[in-house]
Amino acid sequence: MRYQLIGVNHKSAPVEVRERLAIPESRLPDTCRDLTAYPGIEEGMVISTCNRVELVTHTANGSADLRGFLHDHFHLKAEELDAHLYEFREKDAVRHIFRVAASLDSMVVGEAQILGQVKEAYATARAVGAVRGQLDQLFSRAFAVAKRVRTETAVGASSVSIASVAVELAKKIFGNLQGKNVFIVGAGKMSELAARHLMAHGCASIFVANRTYDRAIGLAQKFDGQAIRFDDLYETCDRADIVITSTGAPHAIFRREHGEQFLARRKNRPMFFIDIAVPRDVSPDMAKLDGIFAYDIDDLQQAVTSHVADRQKEAERAEAIIASEVEKFEARANTLDVVPTIVSLQDHLEMIRQAEIDRVRGRMGQLTPEQEMAVEALTRGIINKVMHTPITALKTAAKESEGTTIVDVVRRLFNLQVKEKEKAEPTQPSAKKDEVGTCQ
Amino acid sequence: MSLLWLRFALGCYFIGLVYAFVALTRTSDLFSRIALHAASTGMIFHFVSLVEVFLSGKVVWASVHNDESLLAFFSMTFFMIIYAIYHTTSPGVVVFPIVFFLTFVAAVGQQPVLLTAFVSHNGWLIAHIILIFTGYAALVLSFGASLLYLLQESRLKSKKPTNMISFLPALEVIDQIGYRSLLLGFPFMTLGLLTGSVLAILVYGHVNFLDPKFSLSMLTWAVYMVMVFTRWNSGWRGRRAAVLATFAFVAALAAWAANYFSTIHRFAS
Repeated sequence: MRYQLIGVNHKSAPVEVRERLAIPESRLPDTCRDLTAYPGIEEGMVISTCNRVELVTHTANGSADLRGFLHDHFHLKAEELDAHLYEFREKDAVRHIFRVAASLDSMVVGEAQILGQVKEAYATARAVGAVRGQLDQLFSRAFAVAKRVRTETAVGASSVSIASVAVELAKKIFGNLQGKNVFIVGAGKMSELAARHLMAHGCASIFVANRTYDRAIGLAQKFDGQAIRFDDLYETCDRADIVITSTGAPHAIFRREHGEQFLARRKNRPMFFIDIAVPRDVSPDMAKLDGIFAYDIDDLQQAVTSHVADRQKEAERAEAIIASEVEKFEARANTLDVVPTIVSLQDHLEMIRQAEIDRVRGRMGQLTPEQEMAVEALTRGIINKVMHTPITALKTAAKESEGTTIVDVVRRLFNLQVKEKEKAEPTQPSAKKDEVGTCQ
Repeated sequence: MSLLWLRFALGCYFIGLVYAFVALTRTSDLFSRIALHAASTGMIFHFVSLVEVFLSGKVVWASVHNDESLLAFFSMTFFMIIYAIYHTTSPGVVVFPIVFFLTFVAAVGQQPVLLTAFVSHNGWLIAHIILIFTGYAALVLSFGASLLYLLQESRLKSKKPTNMISFLPALEVIDQIGYRSLLLGFPFMTLGLLTGSVLAILVYGHVNFLDPKFSLSMLTWAVYMVMVFTRWNSGWRGRRAAVLATFAFVAALAAWAANYFSTIHRFAS
C-alpha cells in the first residue's frame, strides 16, 4: 500500500495559491501523463476543483518527490508553495481520499458535487492509463464508501445555503415547483441566486420589478423573463406564487392590505415571500395572513445554521464509517500484498519436486503407471504439508502490522526475490482479478 | 367466521393506529412502511370478512355492525387510492384512528340487528348504503386533510428549522387531497340521500322531513355543499375550510347517531 498524496485545499491555502495550481480540464490528461512519468511514480491522478488541487499516486518505493513535481510542473518556488501543502502516505492517504469522496473534507460538508468531480478526475486519469491496479482499487473503494456514507448518514440531507433553504421551503408549500411563477422585486445578487435555484427546480417563468426599470429589463433578459414597471407591482404581483423581495426601501412595501388583495385575486392560493431585504419588505401584519408565508433573512439564516449543525453531527457518524472502512481496506490490501509471495513459494517448491522426480526417473528407468501415481501422490503430499504452515503464517501476518517482515523472511528463506520479480508481470492479472472481485 | 377475519383486520389496523400517534411526533420512513403494509394486510382480511357476509345469503347489510365495517373498508380504500396517487401515508394520522374505531365496534361480536322495514327493497337498499358510505368515506378523508393542512400551515408559519423535516406532504398536496375527496364524495352523498328518500317513499309512502335522521342528513349534505361551493368559488382553505369540514363531520356523526332515535331509519331489534 504505497499510496502518497500531496495537495492544497480551501483550508490550507488561500485562493491566490489555489488558482496558481488549478489545472484546466483540457490539460488534465497531460498532467496525469507527466505525473506517471515522474521518477518513483507508478500510477497517478490529479483532482483539481475550485477548492482543492491534489496529486494522488502509487509509488515504487513509498516515497516519491511529489513536491519536486509540483515545483517543476507549475514553476513555483518552494517558499511560495510548501507552507500550504499537506502530504499523506499509505493509510493516511487512503483515509484522506475516502473523506474527500464522502464530502467530509469539503468547504460545505456533505455537498454532493465533489463526488462527481472525483469520478471525473478518475475517469480522465484512467483513460490515459495513469490509473491502473492500485489506484483503481483505492478509488473503487472510495466511491463505495462515499455511497455508504450518503445512505447511512444524513450528512447531505438538509440544505445549507439561503438559496437552497428557500427552494426547500417552496417545495414544502407547493410540492412540485413545475409551472410556478417567480417574482423578483429589487434586482440584487442574492435574489438572482435564489431565482436561479428556483428555476433549476422547475419554476416556469420570472417577473422582475425594480425601481430602475432598465435594471429590471437586464435581469429579466438573463432568465428569459418579463420586466414589470415598479408602479405596476401591486397589480401584477398576484400572478407569482413565489416572491423574492430585496428592495432598499426604508419601510415595508408589502402590507396587510396588499396581501388581502393578492389572496382575493388568487382565490386564496398560497403565496411564498422570500424577504431578504433589511429593513424588511414584508410587514409582519401581512405575514400573519392565512395563505401568506413570509420568511425574512433571519428565518432563512436560522434554518441554514441549524442544518449546518445537523450536518456536523452526521459528519461525526460518517467519520466512524470511514475509520472502519480504512481498516478494512488496509487489511485487504495487505492480503493482496502476500499473494505474489505465496504464488512464488508454490512455484519454487513445485520446481524442486519436478526436478527431483526427473532425477529419480533417470536413475530407476521407466516407472509403471501405478508407480508414477504413487510417486506423484507422495511428493505432492509432502510439498503441501511443508507449505501449509508458511502459507497460513503469511495469510495471518497480512492482516497484522508485521506482515511485511514475515514476507521478507519467507522470501529470504526460500530465495524468492529473483523469482518474484520474474513473476511480477504474470501474477499481476490474477491479483487484479481479486481486487475487482472484492471491490464490487 | 366473518368476525374472525374482521378481528384479524382489527389487529392490523391497530398498527396503523400506533403509527397515527407516533407520526405526529417523529418522522420514520420505516414505520410508515410498516403501517402501510399492516393496513394493506388488514384490508385483505377485511375484504374476506365482507365477502363472507355477502355470501351468507342473508340481507345483513342494513345492520349497524356490518355497516360500520363497510364504512371502515371504504375509508381505507380511499386512503389507499390517495397513497397510490400522492405516495403519502400522512392522511393515516386521521383515517387510521377512525377506521380502527369503526372496525373495533363492528368486531365486538354482537348479533347483527336488521333494519327489517327496508329488506323487501334490497336493490335500493344496497345502492343507498354503498353510495352514502362512499360519500361518508370521502368526507372522512377531506376532514382529515383539512386538519393536516392546518397542522402543516402552522408548522410553516412557526418557522422553526426542525419543522422543515416532517412527515407531512407539501401544503398544496394536502389541499388537493382534501379538495379531490370533497369533489368525489359530494355526488355520492347526494345520490345516497336521493336513493334513501326513494326507499322511504317505497316503504312509508312519503318522506318525513321532521325525522331527525332526515333533517341531520340534509344538514350534513348542506354543509358539504357549502364546503364545495366556497372552495370552488372563493378557494377557501386552511382555517375556514377546517371549521366547515369539522362541522360537516360532526353533522355526519349526529346523523349516524340519529339511527338510535329515528322513527323511519331505525335498526330494529
